[in-house]
Amino acid sequence: MSLDDIYQRLTELLREVFNDDSIVARPDLTADQVAGWDSFAYLRVIFTVERAFGINFAASEITSLKNVGELAQLIDAKVNA
Amino acid sequence: MSQDLYAKLEWLPQPPADFRARCRALAGDPEASGRAIALLANHALNENHLRQLAEAIGALSARDASLSPLTPFLLAVVGNVMLEPLLPALIGSAPRHGISLRCVEADFAQTVQEAMSPESRINSARPDAVLLALDFRGLPLTTGLYDEETARGIVAGAVAHLDALRAAFHANAGARVIVQTLAPPPETAFGSYDRVVPGTMRSLCARFNAALVESVRGSDDVVFDVAALAETVGLASWHSPRQWNVAKLPFDARFLPLYADHVCRIVGALRGKSRRCLILDLDDTLWGGVIGDDGLEGIVLGQGDWTGEAFLDVQRAALALRERGIVLAVSSKNDDAVARRPFAEHPDMLLREEHIAAFQANWSDKATNIATIAEELALGLDSMVLLDNNRVERGLVREMLPQVAVPELPDDPALYARTLAAAGYFETIAFSDEDRKRASFYQDNALRLALRGAIGDVEAYLASLEMRIVFRPFNVTGRSRIAQLINKSNQFNLTTRRYDEAEVARFEADPDFFTLQVRLIDTYGDNGMISVAICRPTNERTWEIDTWVMSCRVLGRRVEHMVLREIIRHARAVKIERLVGRYVPTERNAMVRDHYAKLGFRLVTDGAEAATWELETAAEPPEESMAVDRSGFERSPAQK
Repeated sequence: MSLDDIYQRLTELLREVFNDDSIVARPDLTADQVAGWDSFAYLRVIFTVERAFGINFAASEITSLKNVGELAQLIDAKVNA
Repeated sequence: MSQDLYAKLEWLPQPPADFRARCRALAGDPEASGRAIALLANHALNENHLRQLAEAIGALSARDASLSPLTPFLLAVVGNVMLEPLLPALIGSAPRHGISLRCVEADFAQTVQEAMSPESRINSARPDAVLLALDFRGLPLTTGLYDEETARGIVAGAVAHLDALRAAFHANAGARVIVQTLAPPPETAFGSYDRVVPGTMRSLCARFNAALVESVRGSDDVVFDVAALAETVGLASWHSPRQWNVAKLPFDARFLPLYADHVCRIVGALRGKSRRCLILDLDDTLWGGVIGDDGLEGIVLGQGDWTGEAFLDVQRAALALRERGIVLAVSSKNDDAVARRPFAEHPDMLLREEHIAAFQANWSDKATNIATIAEELALGLDSMVLLDNNRVERGLVREMLPQVAVPELPDDPALYARTLAAAGYFETIAFSDEDRKRASFYQDNALRLALRGAIGDVEAYLASLEMRIVFRPFNVTGRSRIAQLINKSNQFNLTTRRYDEAEVARFEADPDFFTLQVRLIDTYGDNGMISVAICRPTNERTWEIDTWVMSCRVLGRRVEHMVLREIIRHARAVKIERLVGRYVPTERNAMVRDHYAKLGFRLVTDGAEAATWELETAAEPPEESMAVDRSGFERSPAQK
């Protein structure tokens, strides 16, 4: 799965989670740019991503993600391991 | 995975691809009604879908749109767990159960304060019910290597704590309380021995759950059996240590839709929304095959056939529902007389016409038929469930009569009964004497208990089974099962001769042959056809036992003795003096090598190819060890 595919899927998933069709997953997208992205919404993103990609994150991996780019890198590392 | 049935709500159809857009359209629709909401809710929604629907419902409520015919309900949610994700899941699931739900939540872990203070957010909201979402971490259940008495005290303390919360919500909010049983975590201290040690979490949870049920019994509070739900999907799947650590989620978030649906079933039941009538399709739903094409002998139903047993499960499930007061009806595209035949004549049918309150078999469309059934029974369409294997019919009924619940069914009939049960259409919060009167199952239960008391030795056990053996000559109804037994039996099979249905039919028609099909019924029910024998005359005075097979399920029940007794009886009646039995060894049938010896036959010739045995019919037959039901032999040589 290419990084482009991952971003495309992430766009769909973020739109599902936040019920907002204007969201586009870009590397520099951060929580404060998305309405409703609080700490629990972040976990919903994580759980939704886990189920959609069939992967699991350790708690330590998800505590320090700064933006969508880091999330995509993490997905890439797990999906294409 | 088998837990997907539950986690993914697989009895519900998949949501449309544009579900999110539909939710948004609904939110903006000035004509939106509760029906439109229920239509969207009746899909297999995941957590995000539920949130999208809940947002739409929230938008409608905010402008005071009428959500009729949904019944409003205000549910307060308190607990020691993260409540925020529960609320949209509950609100999005409730319309499925006829409810428009609003929720008020307590602050995290503020259970006691919310209950005890009359002015608390929960109490001042005057909810219709309070959901006490406490898990094993939310009660004073401290594990330790206690003695019995200390453990009992700890459990009593935890139940008393819960009792106090319940009493406070009753007094301060005027609300009844939905309490949860506790799902123990899968981690053990000792392993299996955790069950034995009084102070382990496994023991404490088991004792707590039992005590909780007793404490709630007789009150107007309701038990939500979370322990059973967690066990159904597996404790290791249910409990996610990581999700607890990062989010204080009491169970894995993928079960959120399942949990919410179960809460809403109870809320629906509190408002009388549970369904009351199960409408059954016939062909490929109650039996395998098409009665109109395959005929009575062609349909697949009964013990000894994998598919046939699956359909028995469906019938058993329907009967169990009937016993607790659910009305059964039939809707089938068939000629009426043809559709009724199996109910009246098929020996393996558990359902009989007397169990069916409304029987609609004709060639009109199902929606029309279901509407007729609803009228006939004076029940609303929203009380109806249709079980139908045909996805086209399911789609049609959902389209035309959206109030009728129509579960999706998997391809394998073995899972029909489970899927119907998983959908939880008939959730109840009470079981009245009136319900009980409709049932005869207590009688059967009493029988079982008597039986358990009787088991001491094998003979007494066999006697306690109250076995009844049914002898018939081959006939058209039994033909396919006879052929199946002859072709499938490998172990209890003396000669391993295989005959197809056409050959079986020839034996049936030939008056010189003596044929026997055998069923066995006991207190556990009908075991179906379990043995077949064919005797062919070799001269005026001798029958050779050409074929003798038996299902291994009834080994050790003296069925073979009864069969020999029956053969001797018929042989004597036509002046046959000698029975010849052959054992033809195969790789699979060693278990019957001594079959004829055990029955008192004398060995005539022995060899690698076959052993030949003889018995004079004047010999004393085996004793009659069970009741006998015999008929249909008028055409057989016995009466010639």
